[in-house]
Amino acid sequence: MGTAKSVTRRNEWQVMSVNLELTTKREHQFLIAALTGELDHHSAEAVRGKLDLELEIHPGTHLILDLSGLTFMDSSGLGVILGRYRKIKSLGGEMAIVNIPHAIEKVVQISGLHKIMHFYRSKSEALREMKGGLH
Amino acid sequence: MFENEMNLSFLSLSENESFARVAVASFVAQLDPTLEEINEVKTVVSEAVTNSIIHGYPEKNGYIYLNCKISGDRMELIITDHGIGIKDLEQAQQPLYTSRPDLERSGMGFTIMESFVDQFHVTSEEGNGTTIHMVKYFKTSKRAIYSEV
Ligand SMILES: Nc1ncnc2c1ncn2[C@@H]1O[C@H](COP(=O)(O)OP(=O)(O)OP(=O)(O)O)[C@@H](O)[C@H]1O
Ligand SMILES: [Mg+2]
Repeated sequence: MGTAKSVTRRNEWQVMSVNLELTTKREHQFLIAALTGELDHHSAEAVRGKLDLELEIHPGTHLILDLSGLTFMDSSGLGVILGRYRKIKSLGGEMAIVNIPHAIEKVVQISGLHKIMHFYRSKSEALREMKGGLH
Repeated sequence: MFENEMNLSFLSLSENESFARVAVASFVAQLDPTLEEINEVKTVVSEAVTNSIIHGYPEKNGYIYLNCKISGDRMELIITDHGIGIKDLEQAQQPLYTSRPDLERSGMGFTIMESFVDQFHVTSEEGNGTTIHMVKYFKTSKRAIYSEV
């Protein structure tokens, strides 16, 4: 009994500290990164690290950030997005955001992010538009 | 009128950000808020707690205190740290002002908190810590409808 309880509790903490998943897919010079879960200060560190590694290995990468799986995002998420935008620009790439879920719409709107970055409704639309813009 | 209150204190570790959000969100669920209102509550908790972790206790971990009162359709939330405090409150509350651009902060936290609650107030003393006081009304709360009858 006692053992089972403590295992359950440990699992809960595990879930809490690993509350974000990042999956990336590369299509030529495009990197498509999808975030699922909660993007806060805690989970932002890992996202920043993994994306920066990819961007440094392949300079000139264009990033498409798919946010459709996000259930939560605060100003820490805005910071990660803006930080990657600056980095990509400095390395000669472009960046777009696709699929803003309802849960984070208001934060995105307040931030004015849409004045700086391109937003698209789908990955295919982003790819098409970005490829078109590159010629 | 339905009333309830809770207090939490926890260390300034980033692991506790989601813990604090979930704790407050499930506590205020007693007022039957909408998903959107729950999300706003989670966001303001996250902003205040993250500020205490990053800015309040930049070097040594300390405690963050969270007090939440609900009554009728009203939530009152007080989040306190005993960290380094804020020297210039007016400057700190300017949209886009951040003292830590090196950490990729963008100075939006206070602006987001202000726009997600009905009343917002910061008190701070350099060297003594910071307190965020917020009040939010759940306009679509079932309890709000009942109390009007
Ligand atoms: N609890 C705190 N203790 C000490 N200083 C704080 C605290 N909260 C906020 N500040 C100061 O106020 C400034 C503005 O806070 P705000 O949350 O608006 O922006 P930020 O945290 O810098 O960036 P963002 O929230 O967008 O990540 C901070 O940069 C910091 O200097
Ligand atoms: Mg902040």
